[in-house]
Amino acid sequence: MAELDTSGGGKKGGGKVRSKKQSTRVDLTAMVDLAFLLITFFILTTTLQKPKAMDLVMPDKDEKTKQQLPVKQSTTMTILLGSNNQLEWFVGIAGATPPTKEGYGKNGIRATLFEQAKKIKATTGEDMMVIIKPSDKSNYNNMVSVMDELNITGNIRRAIVDITPADIGLLKRDGIY
Amino acid sequence: MPRVKVGRKSTAIDMTAMCDVAFLLLTFFILSAKPKTQDPVQAAVPASTSNFAIPENDFSTITVGQGKAFFNVQGADVRVQTLKQMGLKYKIAFTPDEEKVFANTESFGVPINVLKQFLNLPNEQKSNYKQPGIPVDTTANNELSDWVHEARVADKYLHNADLHIAIKGDSKEEYPTIHKIISTLQKQKVNKFSLITNLKTVTK
Repeated sequence: MAELDTSGGGKKGGGKVRSKKQSTRVDLTAMVDLAFLLITFFILTTTLQKPKAMDLVMPDKDEKTKQQLPVKQSTTMTILLGSNNQLEWFVGIAGATPPTKEGYGKNGIRATLFEQAKKIKATTGEDMMVIIKPSDKSNYNNMVSVMDELNITGNIRRAIVDITPADIGLLKRDGIY
Repeated sequence: MPRVKVGRKSTAIDMTAMCDVAFLLLTFFILSAKPKTQDPVQAAVPASTSNFAIPENDFSTITVGQGKAFFNVQGADVRVQTLKQMGLKYKIAFTPDEEKVFANTESFGVPINVLKQFLNLPNEQKSNYKQPGIPVDTTANNELSDWVHEARVADKYLHNADLHIAIKGDSKEEYPTIHKIISTLQKQKVNKFSLITNLKTVTK
């Protein structure tokens, strides 16, 4: 088909009759076509980037006993997640220290987490406890971002807790609820 | 002056090597292929830096998007067992045919009372069917809770393993919806679960 017969014509007349040598080459064009077609199909149907999982451990919630362990206020940082991808944080109990409004990401909450963890470690000698309170106006991405920042900064002591009306009041006052 | 004649050469190219490469790639893609699963709702998962691979077995996903919840459990055998137990619980008898269809259904989000009807739909209608989501109410009607519970029992019974539960949420999903799912899990003392995320690199 796509190959020219390049073998010689053979001698004319006389001698033994020899069978003509056949070329051993097979035309692979069609086969290659098919192979590439299948490759294309499989490339398009596979999911190359597999999603990953982030483990989340929630504090044990007992409906009956309402058991709650108190945490030291001097080592506790509370993060309130508000609307419009904004958050507020404060150390200690609500109201005692004015909350700081901040954004997510590298220059926002991550820097604060590093800074506060160092400060609390220096003053009390203990690891910082982070309490996350997502409000109804925050979205799922906000929660994952904060958990991710805590993973990056290496804060193992953290918990997601329900928001209280007092916290909502703070968010409302700062206009991110 | 005689013209210089260019000798005619064969137009055939040796395709052996190309063919080898093509088939090698093909083999690789076939072996690594896992067909895309179509979720009934588009969930753009948020990105995080966590890098844990999702297990293949003993795994269940709750997809959350547009305020609706969809449930999926990995493995046809676990799925059928879960359906049987749900049938017993809600007093709905599923035929072997329906069980077979359910075993091949990836993610679904219909209340249990219309599940039979949904399973009997022909395939092309099924993909167009607007699934209302599994009822998740914090008070009385929490079918998702039953699904998760039965799936956990089924997995323990068949594989003697603990079912790993993951939430695959849309990043724009409002927190109350996610909170409902989390508290449903917490009511069953499932305090450790996963959030499905896309991998991103840390910006230093």
